[in-house]
Amino acid sequence: MRPSLGGLFLRFCGFSLMAVGGANALIPELHRQVVDVSQWMSSTEFASLFALAQAAPGPNMLISSLIGWKVAGIPGALVCTLGMCLPSSTLAVAAGRLWDRYRESVWRRALERGLAPLTLGLVIGAGCHLARAAGGGWRTILVALASAGLAWRSRWSPLIWLAGAALLGAAGLLS
Amino acid sequence: MSPAPTEVLAPPPTRGQLFVGFFLVGISGFGGVMPHSRRVLVDQHRWITDRQFTELLSLGQTLPGPNAVNMAAILGDRFQGWPGAVLSVFALVSAPLAVVLLLAQAYAHLAHSAPLARALTGVAAAAAGLILATGGRLALRMDREVWSWTLLVLTFLAVFVGRLPLLWVLLGLGPVGVGLGWHSVRREDRAARPEAAP
Repeated sequence: MRPSLGGLFLRFCGFSLMAVGGANALIPELHRQVVDVSQWMSSTEFASLFALAQAAPGPNMLISSLIGWKVAGIPGALVCTLGMCLPSSTLAVAAGRLWDRYRESVWRRALERGLAPLTLGLVIGAGCHLARAAGGGWRTILVALASAGLAWRSRWSPLIWLAGAALLGAAGLLS
Repeated sequence: MSPAPTEVLAPPPTRGQLFVGFFLVGISGFGGVMPHSRRVLVDQHRWITDRQFTELLSLGQTLPGPNAVNMAAILGDRFQGWPGAVLSVFALVSAPLAVVLLLAQAYAHLAHSAPLARALTGVAAAAAGLILATGGRLALRMDREVWSWTLLVLTFLAVFVGRLPLLWVLLGLGPVGVGLGWHSVRREDRAARPEAAP
């Protein structure tokens, strides 16, 4: 069942407002909705789109543009990108104007402090989810852990080991 | 409180400068643009101080939506009102969107190529690792309190093991987090100013 462009836009407006902790924190929910609930694509296709989004420069939200592209071509990509940005950006502008005024407010600090563990739980959950969804069993999990270690310790650009992982995969060592 | 560091800021950017700045942030970051945006906004252009950047980052993480896009919207609005916000978000997103759509079109033609599919598996796994490292690094910087770690683990279990809908997790654990955060902030304030305690 392919959705209309208006339907896609509204779906992604909803995602935009649920993306507490950023676009990455949203990935398990996107996967659940797009693969399990709506069955727009397979789990492997989802993982490929995520990889494509990471292979391009730019903000992490490009995965939502690619989901739109997969479902409804270029118009779908534009509609999902807009849906993903518009509600949250509007909220951000409003919050940005208020935030400075309430710098010392207990509520502001309570919100920041209280939601931080939630957002981090979501982000780490998303990382584990993606390592599992990449689809190569223990080998891809090993690659994910190695990549995390490199990102943690080394000062190289991650492009180097993203390319390395692509080569390992292309050579058939990950499946 | 110690006075703010005397960092010299550049004059507020014009709309054109905002556009160029966020355009460069957008096209030059891989695996997320946040580390790169600090370099551009703080070091190169001196539009904001390092401390302002950190505050914006924590605000961006509290608010829903893509963090980098939120930051572009807030800064664009601060310097040039809402047209600046629209312009900054457009500048940040448009070029990467064009690039990723070109990649996607190429991928559609090559979708049946097994080596490409396997290469993407590798990239996805490595990118998952980048996300884990980001999350882990921020988690270690979080306040070392039992409640915050408990909440982190519960959230993780809910989405990764339980695969619960995100909305349930947010509505269920969000208020708990804010309540505990409130409690923790109040306790800290009382400890810092004992004369103000009842």
